[in-house]
Amino acid sequence: MGDVLIMNEIDATANRLGIDLLQVDLDSIQLPPGEDLGIISDDEDVYEDDDQEVESGFGNIIVVDNLPVVPKEKFEKLEGVIKEDGLWMPVDPETQKSLGYCFIEYNTPQEAELAKEKTNGYKLDRAHIFAVNMFDDFDKFMKVPDEWAPPEHKPYTPGENLQKWLTDEKARDQFVIRSGTDTEVLWNDARHLKPEPVYKRSYWTESFVQWSPLGTYLATVHRQGAAVWGGANTFNRLMRYAHPQVKLIDFSPGEKYLVTYSSHEPSNPRDANRVVINIFDVRTGKVMRDFKGSADEFAVGGTGGVAGVSWPVFRWGGGKDKYFAKLGKNMISVYETESFTLIDKKSLKVENVMDFSWSPTDPIISLFVPELGGGNQPARVSLVQIPSKEELRQKNLFSVSDCKMYWQSSGDYLAVKVDRYTKTKKSTYTGFELFRIKERDIPIEVLELDNKNDKIIAFAWEPKGHRFAVIHGDSPRPDISFYSMRTAQHAGRVSKLTTLKGKQANALFWSPSGRFIVLAGLKGFNGQLEFYNVDELETMATAEHFMATDVEWDPTGRYVATAVTSVHEMENGFNIWSFNGKLLYRTLKDHFFQFLWRPRPPSFLTPEKEEEIAKNLKKYSKKYEAEDQDVSMQLSEQEREKRRSLKNEWEKKISEWKRLHEEEKMERQMLRDGEASDEEEEYEAKEVEVEEVLDVTEEVEE
Amino acid sequence: MTLITGSADQTAKLWNVETGAQLFTFNFDSPARSVDFAVGDKLAVITTDPFMELNSAIHVKRIAGDPADQSGESVLILKGPQGRINRAVWGPLNRTIISAGEDAIVRIWDTETGKLLKESDKETGHKKTITSLAKAADGSHFLTGSLDKSAKLWDARTLELIKTYVTERPVNAVTMSPLLDHVVLGGGQDASAVTTTDHRAGKFEAKFFDKILQEEIGGVKGHFGPINALAFNPDGKRYGFLLLQINVS
Repeated sequence: MGDVLIMNEIDATANRLGIDLLQVDLDSIQLPPGEDLGIISDDEDVYEDDDQEVESGFGNIIVVDNLPVVPKEKFEKLEGVIKEDGLWMPVDPETQKSLGYCFIEYNTPQEAELAKEKTNGYKLDRAHIFAVNMFDDFDKFMKVPDEWAPPEHKPYTPGENLQKWLTDEKARDQFVIRSGTDTEVLWNDARHLKPEPVYKRSYWTESFVQWSPLGTYLATVHRQGAAVWGGANTFNRLMRYAHPQVKLIDFSPGEKYLVTYSSHEPSNPRDANRVVINIFDVRTGKVMRDFKGSADEFAVGGTGGVAGVSWPVFRWGGGKDKYFAKLGKNMISVYETESFTLIDKKSLKVENVMDFSWSPTDPIISLFVPELGGGNQPARVSLVQIPSKEELRQKNLFSVSDCKMYWQSSGDYLAVKVDRYTKTKKSTYTGFELFRIKERDIPIEVLELDNKNDKIIAFAWEPKGHRFAVIHGDSPRPDISFYSMRTAQHAGRVSKLTTLKGKQANALFWSPSGRFIVLAGLKGFNGQLEFYNVDELETMATAEHFMATDVEWDPTGRYVATAVTSVHEMENGFNIWSFNGKLLYRTLKDHFFQFLWRPRPPSFLTPEKEEEIAKNLKKYSKKYEAEDQDVSMQLSEQEREKRRSLKNEWEKKISEWKRLHEEEKMERQMLRDGEASDEEEEYEAKEVEVEEVLDVTEEVEE
Repeated sequence: MTLITGSADQTAKLWNVETGAQLFTFNFDSPARSVDFAVGDKLAVITTDPFMELNSAIHVKRIAGDPADQSGESVLILKGPQGRINRAVWGPLNRTIISAGEDAIVRIWDTETGKLLKESDKETGHKKTITSLAKAADGSHFLTGSLDKSAKLWDARTLELIKTYVTERPVNAVTMSPLLDHVVLGGGQDASAVTTTDHRAGKFEAKFFDKILQEEIGGVKGHFGPINALAFNPDGKRYGFLLLQINVS
């Protein structure tokens, strides 16, 4: 609104002075140097922060040193080796020979950097190894003072409590939504059946937003890099991470590190894209390590995905952000964050490795190697301990066409879905290898569906639990089966709990605390939702969110959010449901892009304490039930009040109109030429008998 | 009893309702869209669409008692609104004409002088094309429906915005019950988008709102296409609807 007021003032002033603003050439206006009329430029904020990277204008120039000193005649030969435009080889005016170094200018700083990397260390011959540096680096190094001065001691300013949102008295959760150009963080206030705003900003991000895994930060992505925001009661920018043209980001699970990725078009169109990955320390913003290379090196295994690689390229594991690993050609490169180097200084060599997956809790990697040489070497799944690289367990699998690994959230179980060729090799059938990780010797159990030929549409472990759900079948309405790794009857064996037949579902969403699951029919099923209780094996509710594209449980498992994103033209927005399928409220927002619950860090309660609370739930819930009652009574009272006042206002209006109508009665009569009938629309339904002659025939009697 | 009709053939016609005979033809240079008789039936207002270089306009014609004396001349022509004028109706005592259309602004004109008396406020008024307008029986207030997914209730004399009814779909047709405090909105989709989206994508309902509380009280499902016109049976006990259905084979 501020902008509008200022414009209005300008308009008013212009009018007063008789100036037509449209005729004024705003670009010709020049302020006296140094004068800014106290108006803060929108760009100032950017300039302030860019102290470190002074735009010298020479960012795209490199200096190549250790060139042979040659007389002018040999210039062309040398230039033949360094063949670019923008080459300047300074010459000693006395000897007319080159001085042994040259300057090369490129179109962009990125190209200059690339050239520097490619040519630094290039051996022209034994005596001349190119030393290439960025022109700006010389400046930087020249500026280093000869004497070391101890850094200034900055007084300690305590930061805000970034976890303050967890102490909400009403125990609400937050979520972020993006619609149009706005990004908004809101409280899910289920008691009041509506969201409560926390913070909203237009153009907060230039593409998408993402929460950090424990919910402490909200990350935004911009042309120049990424940024994280957080605070006690609002969102302040806490840190920026420079990475031009960043496309994807990923946090380490403990929020210590932020990985950013960009992909750049190569100068030679026949080359693969150039990939740049940076790993930043989240709190200090320091680059801990970077990875640069061709997209080929980063796109091993998996599908291309949106940005040409399967993201995240680096997968974190081992707990406490200890290790991160990348799939390579015939190897898995595992790095540790003490030194950001490969453990044992070398990658784990695994011939033909296709895929790997970390245990969510322990430093164990599961990996899959497909069949080799037409059946000579069978496929296998291995479990490898890090950092020892010791193989803990291994299983050979025969006639395998494909394989997918699913870890249970507590690292207790690993399910490997194996597609096998039938004897004729014409089709495949699917089975599961179930590893019990925490048991001695890691026993493996094979599970086949009742109908082996059923295609598997979805698989999901119960978080923190012993059960899993599978959607399988070839018909338009597939079946859903539930299994348990551990029941009273079968302690060490997997057993089926039930199969639900003919469901309109193609996606599974377990509650983060287990026990409940939403069986969702997205895409072709247009948003069918079934809220299912797996303890009782019964449906709690079926509902529909027409054209829903996303389903997400809140971190506590109390609420479910379903959303329709801008993939669809209409019906954009989100719904909030209770865990058992009751629709609490719905919000429509056009051009809806994202809905993300704010994650919570793990609870500080011990498992024993949690059990005690669950047992004594009635005692604890009394207090909250009373609060709920109060709020609900308050809401009814408010509703009643509102209705009363609306009705009163209306009555007043009606009587006013009646009065005017009466006053105008005479005039109306005159307009109708004296006809008293006031209510034009009043009509009498009269039944009129109309006789119509249809035909006349004459019969003449002969 | 006389009927007046407007047509895209660039004419408006007067008809004898009992016999069906054409009484008179008014000729225009562009399609005629909305028509309304004044209180006493001695005047009629007809709107014409923008066409080629011509802007939209509101024409007032005198209606003669005897069709033989009918003249095609306009008593008053009002111009100004941008885009189509979807509806123009007479205000109480024919002192004013109320118009609404594509530029989302409701206007009140003085019939005597042709001057623009009032305009709806841009901030609180409709944000997209006003598709429909329905007057209350006594003319004291009227309802407008718009593609901005809302309908608004206005005081016909002061143009005060009294109520707003919000729905999830563009509104094509509105009507008020003569009997109860109900407002019915019909819509679903902008007609131009009907052929390009799956029929399952637009849910078509006639929605009933409590006139005073602005809350939705019910809907009538089962329409298989967007609703383009609604009207209550004068006894207020039934209503009819018109659908625009385009079959694509």
